[in-house]
Amino acid sequence: MEPFKNVSSIATPFQQANVDTDLIVPSRYLKTIKTTGIGEGLLYTLRFHEDGSPIKSSVFHQPLYANSAILLTGPNFGCGSSREHAVWALREAGYKVLIGTSFADIFASNCYKNGILTVTLPEDLVNELMCAAVAGLEMAVNLEKQEITTDEGRVISFDIPLARKDYLLQGLDEISLTLQSVDNIKAYQEERLQHLPWQSFD
Amino acid sequence: MPLTTNAKPQPATLYDKIWQQHVVDMHASGGSIIYIDQHFIHDVTSPQAFDMLSARGLPVFSPGSTLAVPDHNVPTTARELPIKDALSKQQIDVLKSNARANNITLFDLDDVRNGIVHVVGPEQGITQPGMTIVCGDSHTSTHGAFGALAFGIGTSEVAHTLATQTLVLHKSKNMKVTVNGTLPDHLSAKDIALAIIGKIGAGGGTGYVIEYCGETISALSMEGRMTLCNMSIEAGARAGMIAPDNKTFAYLKGRPSAPDAKKWDAALAYWGYFKSDCEAVFDKEITLDASEIVAMATWGTSPEQVIPVTGRVPNPYDFDDIVKKDAALKALEYMGLKAGQKLSDATLDRVFIGSCTNARIEDMRAAAKVLKGRKISSTIVQALAVPGSGLVKKQAEDEGLDVIFTDAGFEWREPGCSMCLGMNPDRVGPEERCASTSNRNFEGRQGPGARTHLLSPALAAAAAVAGHLIDVKELGE
Ligand code: SF4
Repeated sequence: MEPFKNVSSIATPFQQANVDTDLIVPSRYLKTIKTTGIGEGLLYTLRFHEDGSPIKSSVFHQPLYANSAILLTGPNFGCGSSREHAVWALREAGYKVLIGTSFADIFASNCYKNGILTVTLPEDLVNELMCAAVAGLEMAVNLEKQEITTDEGRVISFDIPLARKDYLLQGLDEISLTLQSVDNIKAYQEERLQHLPWQSFD
Repeated sequence: MPLTTNAKPQPATLYDKIWQQHVVDMHASGGSIIYIDQHFIHDVTSPQAFDMLSARGLPVFSPGSTLAVPDHNVPTTARELPIKDALSKQQIDVLKSNARANNITLFDLDDVRNGIVHVVGPEQGITQPGMTIVCGDSHTSTHGAFGALAFGIGTSEVAHTLATQTLVLHKSKNMKVTVNGTLPDHLSAKDIALAIIGKIGAGGGTGYVIEYCGETISALSMEGRMTLCNMSIEAGARAGMIAPDNKTFAYLKGRPSAPDAKKWDAALAYWGYFKSDCEAVFDKEITLDASEIVAMATWGTSPEQVIPVTGRVPNPYDFDDIVKKDAALKALEYMGLKAGQKLSDATLDRVFIGSCTNARIEDMRAAAKVLKGRKISSTIVQALAVPGSGLVKKQAEDEGLDVIFTDAGFEWREPGCSMCLGMNPDRVGPEERCASTSNRNFEGRQGPGARTHLLSPALAAAAAVAGHLIDVKELGE
């Protein structure tokens, strides 16, 4: 995984509750066997009319936010289907940081595995950042310092478990790290099967 | 030793106990390495995971702990014909070749055991108490009905499980949902699930694993328990679970992958450990009175937007919470409904009885009971009955249920995810309204522009007859 780098960008304000992963990527974009080429489907029904013409009023078509790498979200963002395609689509669209009051468990985990930082903040702070984004202010996200700084100089700090932070900053590979414990896993499996012989597999 | 069951240092919940038994090691990233007993894979979320293994030159760690079942892309008609949609066919072909290349058992489309993976696992007796079970599919929570810790994962985690037979996890919090009292006639686990989600919200369970307790839960059949645990993810919970009891054990006995007679007693002794200690502490507790639950249906585009089926669509301006108000305004527009109108006033176009929530034999029986001797409304364009597996289909046919469905005007289909999501040919058209026994009423879930009302199989059958949403009780002779 790519190490996480600090991000400085305007943030896209997207205050909608319970945005589910079907909305983030409709299922017809799931018929791929790759992790790329999905960005086109990102929030499709919010960006395009049924006939394929763009919904001009959509925040995702505003030139101001065209190069945004930060997405400000409503509560329970990413609920529903476990599809990692939702995260791949966000990544393809250039988002590196998501900031909101809450993220669905599987979605947050999928983000983390793909090097995308999710920042959970209290509602008043998210609203403050939404206002800044609407006003067109840029913000900088610094993971080492665990700080978001707006162009106005407002500094908001956020929590993240230390290990998770290191993992993102170093761009570690989870599978390789787990395989450092491969002997323990094998021993565990063997012992488990001895105790629970009915769980055997041939 | 992780497998001792008599050490009892601290009162523990069912979830705590399964967790403790499966910790293999600590991971460098700060999480715990948790051993996974059973991994299910399907056509949509596994192809990229196998690529992730190839990219690292890694084999599948424990093929025997893995079962492959194509379900999402599968057409529910004429199984012997080649799949027309090239992309659907490709995903299924890739699943097959990955299974073959890695020695993973596959229940292919011509196998009577094929079906929706969350129906198949329990039906085969693969799903057992005390296990950890994962699948790249959020409704893996279904398997929690057996007192297993079962939850959905993303594709990177599918790859991690394939490569290591473990996952790196941080422990969730414990939530207890207690339901006591007698559930009124005609109601089912689906109504309980919708009532709970209506109460705690679609994000109410985020960060938690839910354990369902109480006399109403004990009284549910295994099918009902699966429906309830299935919907846990719609409340935002990572998993839902129910402590195993005699019903659980009776359901398992004699199934192909369940312990055989020689090992049965040892298995029973082990499974008995998996219940929350009386003194166990939960981080959050919710209580419902089953006698107050009524027949439920959703009106909006989130499962939390749910009301009694006989009720009126709420007025968005009655919500104090501004985000909820906005969500309601959007939902009403999308659903083509007006604040204050009776839910039963809207005319339905389609009815879908199926999905991993409600496509087991009991669900088919409940719907058939309502449909027997009745016809669906002439205004219904299509009514589908889609059994959850080949074996459910066979059982239903043995009981003559297929005839009741077809006599009433339903199409009796081959098993698969079908109209639950718009990936296979079964879809709801733009602005069409569908009464559905599935689990998600999200925008576009059943097809672009589709309007979904979630409800129980009995209510879906009643809706098909009336041509609009209706309580079974109000259906005339
Ligand atoms: S039936 Fe629906 S919810 Fe269940 S696994 Fe299939 S697509 Fe997912």
